[in-house]
Amino acid sequence: MHEVGIANSILEATRAEMARHSAARPLRITVRIGELAAVDPDSLQFCFAALTRGTELAALELKIEPCPRRNCCPACGAEFTVADYDFRCTQCGEERTEFVSGDQLELASLEMESYESSTA
Amino acid sequence: MNQVPLEQKVLKENDRIAGELRARFLEHGTLCLNLISAPGSGKTSLLEGTLANVPCGLRLAVLTGDIQTQNDANRLRRFGFPVKPITTGGTCHLDAQMIDRHLADWDLDAIDVLMIENVGNLVCPASYDLGEAAKIVLLSVTEGEDKPLKYPSIFFKSKLAVITKTDLLPYVPFDIAQAEENARRVHPEIEILRISNTSGDGIAQWIAWLEERRAQALAAQPVSLV
Ligand SMILES: Nc1nc2c(ncn2[C@@H]2O[C@H](COP(=O)(O)OP(=O)(O)OP(=O)(O)O)[C@@H](O)[C@H]2O)c(=O)[nH]1
Ligand SMILES: [Mg+2]
Ligand SMILES: [Zn+2]
Repeated sequence: MHEVGIANSILEATRAEMARHSAARPLRITVRIGELAAVDPDSLQFCFAALTRGTELAALELKIEPCPRRNCCPACGAEFTVADYDFRCTQCGEERTEFVSGDQLELASLEMESYESSTA
Repeated sequence: MNQVPLEQKVLKENDRIAGELRARFLEHGTLCLNLISAPGSGKTSLLEGTLANVPCGLRLAVLTGDIQTQNDANRLRRFGFPVKPITTGGTCHLDAQMIDRHLADWDLDAIDVLMIENVGNLVCPASYDLGEAAKIVLLSVTEGEDKPLKYPSIFFKSKLAVITKTDLLPYVPFDIAQAEENARRVHPEIEILRISNTSGDGIAQWIAWLEERRAQALAAQPVSLV
């Protein structure tokens, strides 16, 4: 259950960003979670709700973008989604392809109401 | 409504500290390894076998993570190497800051190999970089050969998988070839060793693996300009 810590890190980053936008209210934070990130979206949502309840971020929505594993092919350059651990290139059939992404645990963006940047 | 791009790692503070640790390990030629498994797969037992069998002159040190007790550290102290417990007080994984804090009074020049025993947990420790040169995942033969597919993250992130308790193979329906194939499905380049901590089978190969990695860490050490 490290989702509590993950949720906390997300909220810290949100607060840090909001400090730069004094006249705005945060609405939604979007995070990307790869299938290899070892983070369970449901329990992250649960922890996020528990940590924001009754705080100034109670209305903040957590949007999770799940990211599948992507590999790329050294033979033909194609990039493709790996389904069911089948690493063969979907374009040319090459057996040995390389990992590109799928372990993301990233903050993508923060949406807010009446944006006013306090820094240039 | 406005959208501000953030584009940063959720665990960027952990990753920053881990990056500093990795640079320090590199500078001092210290090989750092992060042992991860479900509770009871044999991490402490493997460390006992390692400390008892290290080649003469190789200086090991161990950090052991535990939620509540210091039992593992107590088991390991009798071998005469530096051992320090990290009691996480409920947290299900070690993070880079805990490592940094517990290394404060250790001289890395006096440590060739730093072994970190993570908290028994096959999921959470996978997310936290500790600055290690390699994560090592342990899977015992009593856990079932499907575990790499059920917990792909840790098998994907580990350089080495150690299948432990092989002495129990006659008593459990564990298809070791299938387990290894499953690990390679998740991570085609993963290295695999088979070990019994009880009989000592495979310990020699494990020590050889360690020495090879240690040689690589030394070769990567920046040449001193002094
Ligand atoms: N038969 C057999 N038993 C083993 C082997 N390795 C460990 N055990 C036993 O498995 C139990 C757990 O071993 P530990 O080394 O404490 O496991 P651990 O991964 O350190 O456990 P936690 O730190 O609690 O997560 C102990 O009773 C060990 O004696 C092995 O190779 N064969
Ligand atoms: Mg242990
Ligand atoms: Zn191709």
